[in-house]
Amino acid sequence: MFKNFKIITAMAFAVVAAGFSSSANAGVQGDTITLGSALSLTGKYATNGLHTQRGYDFAVDRINSTGGVMVGGKSYKLTVKYYDDESTPARGAQLAERLIQQDGVEFMLGPYSSGMTKAIAPVSEKFGVPMIEAEGASRSLFTQGYKYLFAVLSTTDLYLPGALNFAADQKKSIGKPASDARVAMAFEGDPFSMDIRAGLVEMIKDYGMKLVIDDQLPADLSDMSTTLTKVKALKPDILIISGHSKGAATAARQIDEMKINVPIIAMTHCEAAKVHEKFPNAATGFLCPTQWVPGIDKKDAMFGSAADWNADFKAAHPSYSSVPYQSAQASAAVYVWKEAFEAANSFDKKAVRDAIAGVEMQTFYGDVKFGPDGNNVAKPMFLRQIGSDGSYNLVSSFSDLAYPRNVSY
Amino acid sequence: MMRRSTFITYAGLGLFGILGPILFPAYTLSIAYLWMMVLMASTWDILGGQMGYNSLGNITFFGVGMYVSAIIQISIFYEPGVGEYTSAMGAIKPEFTDQQYYWGIFLGIFGGAIAALALSLIFSTFMFGLRGPYFAIGSLGLAIAAAEITVTINYVGGASGISMPMFPGDIEFRSVFFYILCFTLAVLSHFVIRGMLSTQFGLAINAIRDDEDKAEAMGLPTLIYKQIGWAVTAVFMGAIGAVAGNMAGFIDKEVAYPVPTFGIFMVAMVLLGGKGTLWGPVLGAIIFHIVKETTWTYLLGWQWVTLGLILIINIVYFQQGIMGWLQSKYPEMFGIVVDQSNINQEKKES
Amino acid sequence: MFDNLQLLFVWAPIINVQVILDGIFVGAVFALCAYGLALVWGVMNIKNLAQGDFVIMGGYLALVLHSWNLPLPVILIIVTIIMFVYGWSIYALIIRRIVDKDMFVSLLATFGLSLLMQQAMNLYFGPEVQTIDMKLPVIDAFDNMVTIPYSKIISLALAGIITAAVVIFMKKSRTGQAIRATAQDARAARVLGIDTDRVYAFTFAFNSALCGAAGVLVSVIWVIQPFYGITYSVRTFAIVTAAGLGNLPGVISAAFGIGLFEKYTGMIVGTAYEVAAPVMILLLVLIIRQIHMKRNRQVVR
Repeated sequence: MFKNFKIITAMAFAVVAAGFSSSANAGVQGDTITLGSALSLTGKYATNGLHTQRGYDFAVDRINSTGGVMVGGKSYKLTVKYYDDESTPARGAQLAERLIQQDGVEFMLGPYSSGMTKAIAPVSEKFGVPMIEAEGASRSLFTQGYKYLFAVLSTTDLYLPGALNFAADQKKSIGKPASDARVAMAFEGDPFSMDIRAGLVEMIKDYGMKLVIDDQLPADLSDMSTTLTKVKALKPDILIISGHSKGAATAARQIDEMKINVPIIAMTHCEAAKVHEKFPNAATGFLCPTQWVPGIDKKDAMFGSAADWNADFKAAHPSYSSVPYQSAQASAAVYVWKEAFEAANSFDKKAVRDAIAGVEMQTFYGDVKFGPDGNNVAKPMFLRQIGSDGSYNLVSSFSDLAYPRNVSY
Repeated sequence: MMRRSTFITYAGLGLFGILGPILFPAYTLSIAYLWMMVLMASTWDILGGQMGYNSLGNITFFGVGMYVSAIIQISIFYEPGVGEYTSAMGAIKPEFTDQQYYWGIFLGIFGGAIAALALSLIFSTFMFGLRGPYFAIGSLGLAIAAAEITVTINYVGGASGISMPMFPGDIEFRSVFFYILCFTLAVLSHFVIRGMLSTQFGLAINAIRDDEDKAEAMGLPTLIYKQIGWAVTAVFMGAIGAVAGNMAGFIDKEVAYPVPTFGIFMVAMVLLGGKGTLWGPVLGAIIFHIVKETTWTYLLGWQWVTLGLILIINIVYFQQGIMGWLQSKYPEMFGIVVDQSNINQEKKES
Repeated sequence: MFDNLQLLFVWAPIINVQVILDGIFVGAVFALCAYGLALVWGVMNIKNLAQGDFVIMGGYLALVLHSWNLPLPVILIIVTIIMFVYGWSIYALIIRRIVDKDMFVSLLATFGLSLLMQQAMNLYFGPEVQTIDMKLPVIDAFDNMVTIPYSKIISLALAGIITAAVVIFMKKSRTGQAIRATAQDARAARVLGIDTDRVYAFTFAFNSALCGAAGVLVSVIWVIQPFYGITYSVRTFAIVTAAGLGNLPGVISAAFGIGLFEKYTGMIVGTAYEVAAPVMILLLVLIIRQIHMKRNRQVVR
């Protein structure tokens, strides 16, 4: 008898659970379009997951309040259904499936980080669900032949070559060959950073430079002192560090503590980690690649100019002194969705997908035009150097660079 | 033969297993994960509940199975091998025919299981001299060490991970295919465990749990039993790891060695359902999975808090687990005979 | 790897000083939590998986207090007190009921606690990495090859003071004696009139306070984030396992040893192995101990 009870309980649970979630909001219901997103709201990517979510929500609010999305003569509001992928790829893939199968989502916004996107892209590709992502820069995402993946951001191979070029230029400017430059690199062990490293290693080989330090930092490490000790001993000409926000914060702090004096230091995620705020002295001279700067001369009808978006976003989220580009590109992704829906004038996944592929627009974030592999081929990366006053100054060539790094401990 | 109630249970769960994906097609993969949890809980219980060796590191076999399967699946039909594939960092995309994919995945599951088995035998040589908390923490150390070391091996992609070959065939079929794999492995593990427990093996490992020194003194070759127990666990964990890797589509250290999540979940599930019983882990896995899925959907932002609370409440206030509680309240249901005469005797005497 | 070895011993041997110092700083901070864990384990047989999260919690409390511009010693005292109270309440709510149970239950219950704490901190403080920047000067020696931030020196000093205080407390005070008595034989202690429940509560609260203090130091020297707890827990377990449960000096030397091993492994073999280092030591210690015990036909309990 009791055993029956157990079976019945089990089945009852299943039915109840099924019943609860069977309210599958289809991609479009009533006058609402649901975009699905598995985002890192907890776990190691939570910081940037939050920046991304804010970017998505900001754009959704703006679009909804200015007439929404016009398809077939009717105005639709956008809404985003979020799940927390806990910064875990397996979970992200699972949630993507749930969004598509159980919740009936037909249009996706990307997760944060290349690793998460690598896990989710196959899922959306399998289901023929177009995904516009704004936070997965890894070049390897776009060599898989995905037809339903589109990225508004520039890929990893564009992040740091500028810095290496500066090192080469510096050598040439004093009459030495570029191969004299000695390079030190430290990368966090995650797909994004590893991808950046792969591109740089190739460049270093092409230049014939000497790679004196090539460290891989464990993802849970909060202490870079070993690498920096080696830096002090080996005195490289350029130090490159990549590791999401945590890596940037740790690096800045320890560079300060250990009084590191490398003439060129390049680092990713400076803004997201707020290094100019937290370690203003040490951060002087850091070269930070960024996908977007508020000062660029780009504008669009929805958000205005880059400066307008920046000001409005800051007004909505006053805790930011310098808005991270992760939020900007998130907003851009949502904007591209609106354009695509309106261009396709339908909600058929394939038609919308083709519309996205054909998008060519200027946004406050930059130009968006997708290449055959799905990445944005119209937008460059920018290198900025942090000045001693905490400001970010654009450097386009070696002559703009404050060399050597002008810091006093 | 089988008692009537047992037969009904099997029939019920079997029906659910077979009809599940048909009745609730949108939930196919969710139920597949359920069977995966059932397998993890059941195999954990061999060592944990029946033998008294609480291992926090069974997830090592899961990860090893996953990676070995990836190596096999990619290198079998792709000439240059895994090394080339991973060092290209995504620039190469090997194309497999349907046939090759299916062969690859079956060989991968098999290979993953064998690799995990081999590893468990190696671990057995130096882990079983530890008792109690040391075994638990040592096994946790194994899992963490495995994760950290895998990240440094560039042959399997290191920190960048490996993308698994894409499933040929349409998405519905993919879900059903993996569902069948998970269900089959779970059922297989259950019957193997059931078989093992009903023989002398079951008695022996219970003896080890109850008092290992006495068991050894009686001449029981305890090390052999421990090795067999862990080997069986490893085989199934390795196999399901291989399947999980293909379900995820992208493998890296977090996917393969989810120590703070699945590594601990398997223990929590068994504790919830009742340690040391055959059905306890199964029941625990089912309830845990359902609770987890519902809290994730409806309590976004609070799901971990809820899970933590449930864990604590279960452990602090309800330790025997559900099966244990049932067994003490209704022992006749389970064929446990309580000798009333002794109890009455004691009551009289005291 | 050979390049690194050459670097250490041939080209720039002076950096050994930096590596050793870094190892000592790591060890000093974790000696504190390791001692707390050893205490709880030895007295109550509870293996506290949430140890790292207590540390992080202490760090966050320090962060909050720092934002009110309190000086460091004051922060330390206040955090210690708050964490003590917190530890006592956790004992009353949760630990009291699992003290006599299956050893394994303690691991799981504390794991649940760890989950709760992590998430609570995440929800309240956000997932960003935070740190306390004391803006203290940095000493540099040997032509800037070795730098020692004042903040690390201060933490080392504070860690030393706290350790000394703990030792004196355990040896001289009545409560300390009660704790040691209970650890030796709980039943006998009860018979002799010691309220073992209060001793347990005190021990757990004490551990919590020690971790909190360590957390303050961590937030000053490094960075904290809600999800770093597990790394610190593993390190602490490694130290306690290597040292054994009895002695404070053992724990301290084990802590320094593991700290040094970590840094040297990172330097020689590669930074990728730095987190695996304490885990490897853990396994190594267990294996060696087994081999040792096997000679006497015994096992590691």
